[in-house]
Amino acid sequence: MEARASEGTKVPITAPAVDPELLHELVDHLRQNREALREEWVRRITEAKLLSVMEPDEIFSEVTAVYDNYVTALETGSVETLQEYARDLSERIIPRGVETDEVLGIVLLLRDVLARSLFVNYERDQRDPDLLHRILDSYEPAANSIAVTVGVSFVDERERIIREQQEAIRELSTPVLQVRERLLILPIIGVLDSARARQLTEQLLGAIRDNRARVVVIDVTGVATIDMTVANHLVQAVEAARLMGASAILTGLSSGIAQTLVDLGLDLGSIQTVGDLQGGLEEAERLLATSAPPADEASARLSR
Amino acid sequence: MSVAILHHGEYVIASIQSDLSDREVMALRDDLANRVGERRARGLIVDVAALDVIDSFVARALRTIAETTQMRGAETVIVGIQPDVAIAMVQFRLNLEPLRAALDLDEGIQILDRLLHRGSPDAR
Repeated sequence: MEARASEGTKVPITAPAVDPELLHELVDHLRQNREALREEWVRRITEAKLLSVMEPDEIFSEVTAVYDNYVTALETGSVETLQEYARDLSERIIPRGVETDEVLGIVLLLRDVLARSLFVNYERDQRDPDLLHRILDSYEPAANSIAVTVGVSFVDERERIIREQQEAIRELSTPVLQVRERLLILPIIGVLDSARARQLTEQLLGAIRDNRARVVVIDVTGVATIDMTVANHLVQAVEAARLMGASAILTGLSSGIAQTLVDLGLDLGSIQTVGDLQGGLEEAERLLATSAPPADEASARLSR
Repeated sequence: MSVAILHHGEYVIASIQSDLSDREVMALRDDLANRVGERRARGLIVDVAALDVIDSFVARALRTIAETTQMRGAETVIVGIQPDVAIAMVQFRLNLEPLRAALDLDEGIQILDRLLHRGSPDAR
C-alpha cells in the first residue's frame, strides 16, 4: 500500500502551539470524566441517527477507541496514531455504507460534547475567571485539527478504494479471448473512455499478433452508451486490426446505440456489423472458412 | 539500399530492413515495378515488419507500388505492420486502401495463393 504512505503527507499533522500546563489540565479533565463524556457522546450520536448501519455495542466500542485516541492526540499533539486508526476504521465502515457526513458529524459531535463539558467545568472557577478562555484557546485548534484529520483520512480511504475498484474494473473488462484457431472475441463491458479505448486497441492488436488471428469479433453488448468519441475509437481499432491483416466484426449494437450513431451521422460503413454475438461468430466462421486454403466451392460465397 | 528482394515462384518479396529515406522509397517503387514486369510475377509482398514508422509518404508510396504493379499484372500484399505502427497510422488517418494487409509473410503468401488461384480480387 505505498499509495497510502504518500497520501499521509497531505494531512496536516502539526499540532498548534499550546500552553503545556493547560493542556495537561484539560487532558486530566477529559480522562477523569471519560465514562460520562463517552456516554453523552454515544447518546448524541444515537439521537442524531448517525451510524445507523452499526449495532449499538459496535458503536460503543468504536466510540471508546476514538475517544481514547482523541484524548491522546490532544495530549501529545500528534495525530498520527489517530490518523492510522481513522484509516482503519474507514476501511471497515466504508463497505457498510457509512457516509462522509456521518463521519464528520460524529467527530464534530465529540468536539462539541467535550467543549460543553469544559465549559461547564471551568465556567464557575472563581480562582481564575479567565481560565475558561485559555482552556478553550488550547482546546479548539487541537480539536479542529483532529476533526480535519479524521475527515481527510476518511475521504482518502474512500478515494483509495475507488481507485482500486477502477483499476479492477479496467483489468477485468478488457479480455481478449481466443474462440478457436484464428478467431478472437473482444467483449467490451462497461464505460469506454479514451484511455480505455486506447488500451483496448493495443491489447487487441497484441493478441492478433500473438494468436495470428484472422477474424476478430468485437462485442459491445455490455456497453451502455456510445458517443462520437467512443465510436471513432472503435472505428480506429477496426482499421488498425485490418492493417494487421485481421477482419473485424462488430456485434451487439443495441437499437438505442444504433439510433444514436445514425443521428450523429457517423459512418460505420467500413465496419462489418452483425446483430448479436452469435451471429457475429457465425459470420466469423464463414470468413475463416473462405480464407482457408483454396477451395473452389468457397470462392463463390466470398464475393459479398 | 536496405531492402532485400527475393523471388519465390511467381511472387516477388521485398523485405524492408530499416527505415527508408524518401529517395530510397522512390527507388524501391521503380525497382519493384521493373522486377514485376521482368519476372512476370503474379504477386508482390512488401514486408514492413522492420519499420518503426509508416508516415504519409511511405503509405502513399506503398499504395503507388500496389497500383503500378497491378497494372503490370501482379497483386500486392503488405505484411508485418506492427501494432504500434498500426495504431499510429490509424490515428493519423493514413490508410492503405485498397491495399491488402496480412500479419506476416506466411499469411501474405496464403492470401496471394487464394487470390491467384481463384481469380477473386476481393478476397481477404
